Amino acid sequence: MSLSKIKFDKKIVLSFWIILIALIIAAPTILPVFRLNLLGRYLSLSIVALGVDLIWGYTGLLSLGQGIFFALGGYCAAMYLQITSSSEFPNNIPEFFALYGVEKLPFFWEPFRSPVFTFFAIWIIPAVVAGLIGFLVFRNRIKGVYFSILTQASLLVFFNFFNGQQKLINGTNGLKTDVTQLFGQMVGSESMQRIFFWVTAILVIAAWFFAKWVVKGRFGNILIGIRDDEPRVRFTGYNPVIFKTIIFSIAGGLAGISGALYTVQSGIVSPQFMTVPFSIEMVIWVAVGGRGTLLGAILGAVFINYAKSLVSEALPASWMFIQGGLFILVVTALPEGVLGWIQGNGPRNLLQRLGLKRKIETYPSLEVENKEGNK
Amino acid sequence: MELLLDSLFNGVAIGSVLLVAALGLAIVFGLMGVINLAHGELMMLGAYTTYVTQLIFKLPILKPFYNSYIIVSIFLAFIVSGVVGILLEKTIIRKLYGSPLETLLATWGVSLILQQFVRSVPLAYGTGLIISLLIGLFLPTSFPSKIKESINFKYFKFSSWIFAALTGVLTGSVISSSVSKLSRASARNVDVTAPSWMRGQVEIIGTAFPKTRLMIIVITLISVIAITLFLNQSAWGMRIRAVTQNRQMSDCLGISTEKVDIITFGIGSGLAGVAGVAVSLLGSVGPNVGGNYIVGCFMVVVLGGVGNLLGTVLASFGIGIMTDLIGAGRLLSIWPDMPLPLSNTINFFATTSMARVMIFALIVIFLQFKPTGLFPQKGRMVEN
Repeated sequence: MSLSKIKFDKKIVLSFWIILIALIIAAPTILPVFRLNLLGRYLSLSIVALGVDLIWGYTGLLSLGQGIFFALGGYCAAMYLQITSSSEFPNNIPEFFALYGVEKLPFFWEPFRSPVFTFFAIWIIPAVVAGLIGFLVFRNRIKGVYFSILTQASLLVFFNFFNGQQKLINGTNGLKTDVTQLFGQMVGSESMQRIFFWVTAILVIAAWFFAKWVVKGRFGNILIGIRDDEPRVRFTGYNPVIFKTIIFSIAGGLAGISGALYTVQSGIVSPQFMTVPFSIEMVIWVAVGGRGTLLGAILGAVFINYAKSLVSEALPASWMFIQGGLFILVVTALPEGVLGWIQGNGPRNLLQRLGLKRKIETYPSLEVENKEGNK
Repeated sequence: MELLLDSLFNGVAIGSVLLVAALGLAIVFGLMGVINLAHGELMMLGAYTTYVTQLIFKLPILKPFYNSYIIVSIFLAFIVSGVVGILLEKTIIRKLYGSPLETLLATWGVSLILQQFVRSVPLAYGTGLIISLLIGLFLPTSFPSKIKESINFKYFKFSSWIFAALTGVLTGSVISSSVSKLSRASARNVDVTAPSWMRGQVEIIGTAFPKTRLMIIVITLISVIAITLFLNQSAWGMRIRAVTQNRQMSDCLGISTEKVDIITFGIGSGLAGVAGVAVSLLGSVGPNVGGNYIVGCFMVVVLGGVGNLLGTVLASFGIGIMTDLIGAGRLLSIWPDMPLPLSNTINFFATTSMARVMIFALIVIFLQFKPTGLFPQKGRMVEN
């Protein structure tokens, strides 16, 4: 049983790598720039999905506020780009400030003049904010749906803050990046977008390996322990608060990177990244792909978004129905997601039920063990 | 004094909207541990019910009673949202008891579908659908027990659903042909106009209060009193409380937890509908109207603690009064000569959106001291 499963996994992994490398090499030449850009965006979204999978799929924390960290990363990148390309505007500050009569750069913009600072800020700031929120919540043993509600509320708080502060960060209009310059080139230009696609693709793979490394070994075991039975982990002598805070801030950092990549490819960062529906959507990517399978998170993010853009182009009204149906379907009928279903006994059970495959006689003990293993 | 009274009234007005919206949520969450993200959309259905009722009361036959449409719509909204809630419980939520996070996602899916539904289906046919659901769900239960126990009951059930579907289609087409505004689907917001006796203001102790606000406070008051009486005085209320306290034990003692779940969910959803009536009086009604309130409702439930209505009441009025104090910058007018840095800070937060930021911070600070809300349920379990 276990032998065939390992082989199966290897086959999936191998075919995944072949497809992936082929895609990355071929994409910029085959796809028109518009589609390439879309694919790049969806790939960057798969990084935030990896984070959601780490905290939800592995640790059992359903965060509905990943949009905060996503947007923070995006804002960091956009602030750097705006400030470095602001030399032709009055007072040497980004253009929008003039609209609100601001003459002096707000203090927190200053450090973003430095590319090194920005490079670190993109993932450290979201990670620190996530760690803080997480620590305050986990410390009190607030969990389950309470945690979800609180993350959703903090999402709304950040949204209100960024939406209302015109004089600090251009409020509801957001920060545009596509007309800014990076290394002497326009960010929105075709050649830059191609480079961003490569960077995104490489970072997705790197994030995937990083996430794999995180869930491997004892740390990953404790995370799964927290998901399955937190009191027992605590009674065994581990402090779940620390592990939960760490994993939540890792997920926050991943979301930040993802947000920055998404921002430079979509050309704008705005408080719309912090709306409630967007953050819940991130969860459904993971749920459909297969929670607890890192690959599932990536594939889920890319395919659902791709489907979304295709369906929305053809029948704009029906996407909401489809998405709503997906939410219901995936929790009632397919709780392990597509990849989890494939890795489990899903296809075989389906074939058996259709009468296409003979039911294999097994020892009852093996059956039980297998069921537990799939949990 | 006048200023304080004004502030208190505004706070109570904000709080009472929150309370009536959060009441159903608190009951459902307290009893079943179910987070219903579609609660806001059930409110939206209530608000649209008010709109539809208003238009129907403009028909020549009902014109003389036009002024009372708001009272009728409260009951109708309760029924409409309640029926949709019961349907939701029977089809989806029942399968997910014990896994609250999954319920959360599934109800979010439901809320998306409901939102898109009111956008793309003409309201007249929506009404027809609700009526057929109502008949289909309740006609079989009203049969005499002789029929219910017979072997052929499923045929009765089947034929009552067919009857329900026919009635629904008939009502839908009658409404769509007689009220032109309801015959086409539209994603635009609609407006509910209050009847003439509810417009204008009332003067109490020298201060003018808008009548719609007072009406909302009255609706809230009646809902709270009714639900308290129901929970504390009726037999089903007792069963509901028993299941809230100990589900397994109640089950063992012969309480049908399945029925209790349906009734509770129905009542919780119905209260969302009543909240929808209140919300429709405050502004225009659109597919997203519920979303504006849902997070506030959750904050009330988190702050108030589970399983105690007093906590919900206190939490919503607390949040309401704080929102008004911070959002309108009233502290400044109450205490005009406060030191500069403090007054600057208060000015910074004196907008509706920044007040939300502040309130949330206060709630998080509060939860540091009382993680389970104002009135937690006491027990000896490590966790439930």
